[in-house]
Formats: sequence, C-alpha cells, structure tokens
Amino acid sequence: MTSSVPVVPILAEIEAHQRRARLSFRLQSAGVWVGLAGALVFSLWVMGKIHPDFIGTWGPFILGGTWITVLVSASSILIATVLAVLGAIGRLSRNPLISGFAGLYVSLVRGTPLLVQIFFFFFVLPEFGVVLPAIPTGIVALSFNYGAYMTEIFRAGIQAVPIGQREAAESLGMPERLVMRRIVLPQAFRIVIPAIGNDFVAMIKDSALLSTIGVQELLWRAHTVGTRHFRTLETLLIAAAIYWVLTIVFSFFQERLERRMARGDR
Amino acid sequence: MIIDPSHAPSLGEVIVDARGIQKWFGTNHVLRGIDLKVRRRQAVMLIGRSGSGKTTLLRCMNFLEEPTMGSVEIDGLRVEADPLHGSSRARQEQIRQIRLRAGMLFQEFNLFPHLSVLGNLIEAPVRVLGKPVDEAVAAAEHNLEKVGLSDKRDEYPARLSGGQKQRAAIARALCMEPKVLMFDEPTSALDPELVGEVLAVMEELAHEGTTMIVVTHEMHFAREAADTVVFMDEGAIIEAGPPEQVLADPADERTQHFLRRFLSAFPDRSLDIHRG
Repeated sequence: MTSSVPVVPILAEIEAHQRRARLSFRLQSAGVWVGLAGALVFSLWVMGKIHPDFIGTWGPFILGGTWITVLVSASSILIATVLAVLGAIGRLSRNPLISGFAGLYVSLVRGTPLLVQIFFFFFVLPEFGVVLPAIPTGIVALSFNYGAYMTEIFRAGIQAVPIGQREAAESLGMPERLVMRRIVLPQAFRIVIPAIGNDFVAMIKDSALLSTIGVQELLWRAHTVGTRHFRTLETLLIAAAIYWVLTIVFSFFQERLERRMARGDR
Repeated sequence: MIIDPSHAPSLGEVIVDARGIQKWFGTNHVLRGIDLKVRRRQAVMLIGRSGSGKTTLLRCMNFLEEPTMGSVEIDGLRVEADPLHGSSRARQEQIRQIRLRAGMLFQEFNLFPHLSVLGNLIEAPVRVLGKPVDEAVAAAEHNLEKVGLSDKRDEYPARLSGGQKQRAAIARALCMEPKVLMFDEPTSALDPELVGEVLAVMEELAHEGTTMIVVTHEMHFAREAADTVVFMDEGAIIEAGPPEQVLADPADERTQHFLRRFLSAFPDRSLDIHRG
C-alpha cells in the first residue's frame, strides 16, 4: 500500500480507521481458526485420545517426513513444468505425429487414476529391467501425471499471448522456434504462474499417495508409527497438521509472488 | 489496373513489386488483383474506407496474410502466393527473407512487454542477424535518438505512452535496416494528442528518403509526407498519383466521394493542397 500525504486531516483519520477495521477483522478470523483447532485438540486430550509423551517421542520422526514430501513435490513440479512446456508445444504443433503423440499423453494420463500410474511405474517398470528406488519412482510418476495436466495449462497460456506478439516477432524475421522461445513462452509463463502454484499445492497433498510404494514421506511415517503403536489418531493428526501448514505457508508466498507480478511491468 | 507510380523522377529503382495480388476470405473477395510498385525513397500512402482492403494488402505483402493469388517481390526476392503449400520449410524461409527486407509497424505497436525498450530493439539484430551485442546496442541507441526516446532506453513498454510505444516500435523496425517500412494505421490506436509525435517521426523518415508504405486515415500527413497517394476501394486500386492530384483534384468519382465524406466528417482538417 502506498501511503501519500493526506490533503485533508479527515482523510488520515479515515485511513487509520479503515486500517484498524481490517486488522481487527483479520485478528478475529484468525482467532476462530486457532480457537476451533485448539478446542478440538483440547477435547481429544481430555478424552484421553492424545498423549503428549507419545507425540514427543514420535513427532520428530513424522516431522522428518516433511523434507521428503517437499523434496519429492518440488522436484516433481520442476520436471512436470518441463514436460508441460514440451507437451503444450507438441499439442499446438502443425505436425500431426507430434500433436497426436502429445494428445495421447494428455488423454492417457488424465483418463487413468494417479494411483494406477504410481503402481505402474513401481511394479511394471522392473519387469523391463528398470529398477529405481522408491523416491525416484515417485518423482517420475508424479511428474508424468502433473506434466499432462499442466500441458493443458501451458497450452492455454501460450494461446493467451496476443497474436500481435507473434506477428511482430515474425515481422522482424525471427524464425518460428525463436519466436516461441524468446517471445511467446516468457509471456505464457507469466500467465500460468498462478495455475502452477495451485498445482504445486495439490501436488504436496497428492504426494501422500507415494506412501503406498514405500516412499518415507509424511503419511508413510504417520501410518507406520500409528499402526505399530495403535495410535493412528495422533499420528494422522500430526501428518494432517503438517500438510496443512505446508500449504498455508506456500500459498502465502504464492500470493505475494502473484501480487508482485501483477504490479510488475507487463 | 496496373499502377506504377513513377511520376517522380528523383526516386530510385523499383524495390517493391506486388503483382496480381488477390485475397479471398472464404467467399469474400477482399483484394481483386492489386499491382503496386514502390521505388526506392518513395513514400506511398494507402487511403480508402475501412474494409477497402488496405490493411489486407499490406499484410499480404509480408505474408502475415497468405495471398490467394499473385506474387510479391522485395529487393530482388520474389515470392509467389501458394495457399496450398504455404507452410513448407523452404517457403517459410523465403517468407522470412521477405520480412527481413520489410519492417512492419502495427496499429497496436506490439512491443514485447517482457523486454525493456533496449531489449526490444536488440533482440532481432542479435539473434536473427547475428550482430555483436555492443554493435546492436549502439545502433539501438542511434535509432532511439532518432525517434526521440533516448531517455527511455531502459524502461519497460508498460511505462510508455501510446505515442512513445509506437516510436519505440519504429526504432525497433529501423534496427533491422529494412529496405522498406510498412505501417498499418500506425496512429489509429492513439489518443488524439499523441498522434502528432508519431507522425512527426514518420514525416522525418519520409523526408530522409526512407522507402515506406503507409496505410493511414491522416490526410494531412499524407499530403505533407507522401510522394504518392493510392486510393483503394472494394479491394482494388482506383487511383494513384502525387498527393496534390489525388487529394485535391481526384479524377475518379469514388475518390471524390470518399474525400468529400472525409472532409465533412473532419471539417477542421481541410486539405488546402494548393496553398503552398
């Protein structure tokens, strides 16, 4: 917010009043969050469902899965972005072979469950001699899946760049590839960044599916500890809380990034 | 009708030669066989009602629009219309060579928003012509000075006014050292008070002997800067000649009608050609 020197005293007063009102609103709604979540945890504790020493003992182990979750999600979103750029260019290609191939990729991935794809990479690839550890397999599966969804995002982003941009670049004698790489894609990226951010949040949560193939991320740790000690309520609560915090933190940064880009030179 | 506007002997050799350009959009016959020759140092202004085919003709001449029939020659390179095999690699390369010879200016400027003004100006010289960066920067600075934007070198397009954007676009086109500049209604998207600064730059270019083809509704400018005015109607060239002939004493009834209507719409822009 840019604050200028108010011309009339009442303007300063109005502005201060509005700022107080906004702050008070925010504090109250934050109070609702903290109050309700606290009440839930407190009542579970009163009911004897939550044991602080158990959480003290195993909490750090589960928390350690955060790094695996973040590592897997971050690598996957990067690889998926590369796949999506290639996929989108392929979908828009005038070459029917390339366009068909990219179209098949998108259709196949979007038409089958993510869990099936994860199992496929984990159980079927070894039959062809490709044996990868759990984490790389998980990254491959997530990238492959999100790459397809993001292909459609990038395709829309590329098509949203005004046609005049392409015409101007072509009129300068730029060959097609250069036009795409230097003029269209940089602008398309700006358009799709919010959508990529949404997908990253979704991916953090979808990475929990990798617990099924033994990637020792948040849910795997919570589930393993919980079932062994018959304390799944506590361990799942911890895992859920960490996922929640992760997405809140990331959404916060995403919002700031978007606001900065909206202000920037477009 | 074949028009070779060769009335001005001081001009150079024919550098743009469009022959028999026809364009159909579906069943709409937009260009009905246009022949147009432009000589070196000649400034040609295309005028006519909207929908008369001026813009389409310009876009056909650098193949942003594929002509249905005809051919375009610019500086010794002739490319035939080929609507059936337009996208073959060899032909795309020919078209690219045509575009390197013809700089294009658009109604909407089309500066690249993610690059600074300097970035806009050196992008193609460096990456297409393979110029060393310092050479490209020097040329860019020279051209920015020419259009009066030296102080905007490092600004982004979003921070320029419409008039400044169009002048930057002109500088960008000049950096490619084209044989001819083609303007597609370069001032139509501008606020009225910004039109003058763009026209002033264009007029100076014309007086310096830049070869240019301009689609315009600015009759005053046409009178001041044109060597030749071409009046188009319904996809055909009706009349062409020096401005004092076409604008002040048109031979064809359709030209007279257009100018009369134009003058009644803009009574303050009288075309008192004979004054000077």
